[in-house]
Amino acid sequence: MSTVLETRALCKTFGALTVAANIDFRLEAGARHALIGPNGAGKTTFVNMLTGWLPASSRRVLLEGGDVTSLSQSARVKRGLGRTFQINTLFRDLSVLDNVARGVAERRGIAGRMWRPASSYGEIRDESLDLLATLGLADDARQRVVDLPYGKQRLVEIAIALGLKPKVLLLDEPAAGVPSVDAERILQVLGTLPADIAILIIEHDMDLVFRFAQRITVLVQGEVLMEGTPSEIAADRRVHQVYLGEQRHA
Amino acid sequence: MTHSGGYGADPRIHWLEWLPWLAAIVCFFLVPEYLSLGARILIYILFALSLDLILGYAGIITLGHSAFFGLGAYVAGILGAHVGITDPLLQMAIAALAAAILGIATGAVILRTRGLTLLMLTLAITSVCLEIANKATTITGGADGLSGVVVAPVFGQFRFDLFGKTAFVYCLVMLFIGWWLVRRLIYSPFGATLTGIRENTARMHAVGAPVYWRLVSVYTLSATIAGTAGALLTQTNQFVGLNVLGFEPSGELLVMLILGGVGRLYGAFVGPIVYLIAQDFLAKQWPEYWYFGIGVLLVVIVMFARGGLLGIVDLVVAKVQGKRP
Repeated sequence: MSTVLETRALCKTFGALTVAANIDFRLEAGARHALIGPNGAGKTTFVNMLTGWLPASSRRVLLEGGDVTSLSQSARVKRGLGRTFQINTLFRDLSVLDNVARGVAERRGIAGRMWRPASSYGEIRDESLDLLATLGLADDARQRVVDLPYGKQRLVEIAIALGLKPKVLLLDEPAAGVPSVDAERILQVLGTLPADIAILIIEHDMDLVFRFAQRITVLVQGEVLMEGTPSEIAADRRVHQVYLGEQRHA
Repeated sequence: MTHSGGYGADPRIHWLEWLPWLAAIVCFFLVPEYLSLGARILIYILFALSLDLILGYAGIITLGHSAFFGLGAYVAGILGAHVGITDPLLQMAIAALAAAILGIATGAVILRTRGLTLLMLTLAITSVCLEIANKATTITGGADGLSGVVVAPVFGQFRFDLFGKTAFVYCLVMLFIGWWLVRRLIYSPFGATLTGIRENTARMHAVGAPVYWRLVSVYTLSATIAGTAGALLTQTNQFVGLNVLGFEPSGELLVMLILGGVGRLYGAFVGPIVYLIAQDFLAKQWPEYWYFGIGVLLVVIVMFARGGLLGIVDLVVAKVQGKRP
């Protein structure tokens, strides 16, 4: 499989504090990859550097072989890098349809047009509604986001990212703070995503991680501790010590 | 009453939206003695509309919008007083272009910043413009103002008269064109992007929107409209004073918009009407303390009606209909 996303010795420092240290990471096309680690390990910082939300202090981010380190967030999105946020980052007072449509319009290059009314672009509305239907949100399309239960709001986050038709989708704790029923629903949705999208998920819900991911990277204090298959990760003593807080061979 | 575009919004003009225009036409015939004040109100509505576009829809906070208004006013004045260009439409086009150039030049720099820094930079720009106008006395007339501005009849037919008839109609037509363009913009995909940036900039970055360039674009458009309003003021007064630049006119405009309701399109109509009529009335009743009355009005609105006067209307309508505002 070809590599779609790669980092080479990626670093991030805030003054004397190093939050990412020489992170080498590869994401293959169509991968289902999880990034785990204890709180403060630098997972979200890593995702923020991948998307350009935070500038890396040094070294490179490669997307489909091209160096995107110096590109803006929007330029990276246009090259196929989509993301969701750890804390819902939605247009709370807008309808679900309007939330998704803004992303779809941006991808189709319509969002900068000034003349015709936005609602006259039927193709944007239709595509957004189709997307919502695939995520089971068709009935909520006209609802304001703020009126939806939290679990559904997390799905709207995913819907917006999917509206960008990303090649790489970065999901930052998609099931954080949702009831187990909704977490199960999110897992189902993730299972139905197109196989050609490479997905990197950050998640604390180990059940979800081990059911979803084919490969797992463990990050500790800004450094990659190890990478492997779920069974390799589950069997590793260091992971148990630093992440799960257990002494397997006590 | 809130006008906000989007992909599910109905862009058709509601019959209520024709009421301001109808009221203006009725005023033209019923109160001819107030047409000069009416023209001034129309100019400030256009100016407030330009501010609402950036503040209410794009979320750009500014205390320096008078820079564009003042530049438009001085360019039109200089053309009419020194250059010999007296055609009002040509004066206005050049004034709008000058404001647009200032808008894109300053916007490209200051819109890289946010919050208090942005606010201070906008204030600095209009203060610099004020000082230039003050010092360049040979061109601008300095503190004495620029008089002797010659404005030819509109289309060679309609001369600006003492009673303000031509000025009123001229300003009304210009405001209508400005309103129509702004309304169209608000309901366009570009307008949807602007409200997206205002509501959640992080999200707009994450969907790939070139946020900075969109802000520079709308800032320039807004500057162009403000410059047009400034030119209108010069043409109807045939005089330009320093009071079109600096903090005071910017702050005054902000107060007008807050009174009417920010980000509602028609707040830009209601605010200047209430403010200027209140100013006219209070200045006659209590010449030394009229600002106090405006201050009280502003405090009441900010404390009890965050959506401005139109927000109150929204609340009442919602209450009557039993809906959430």
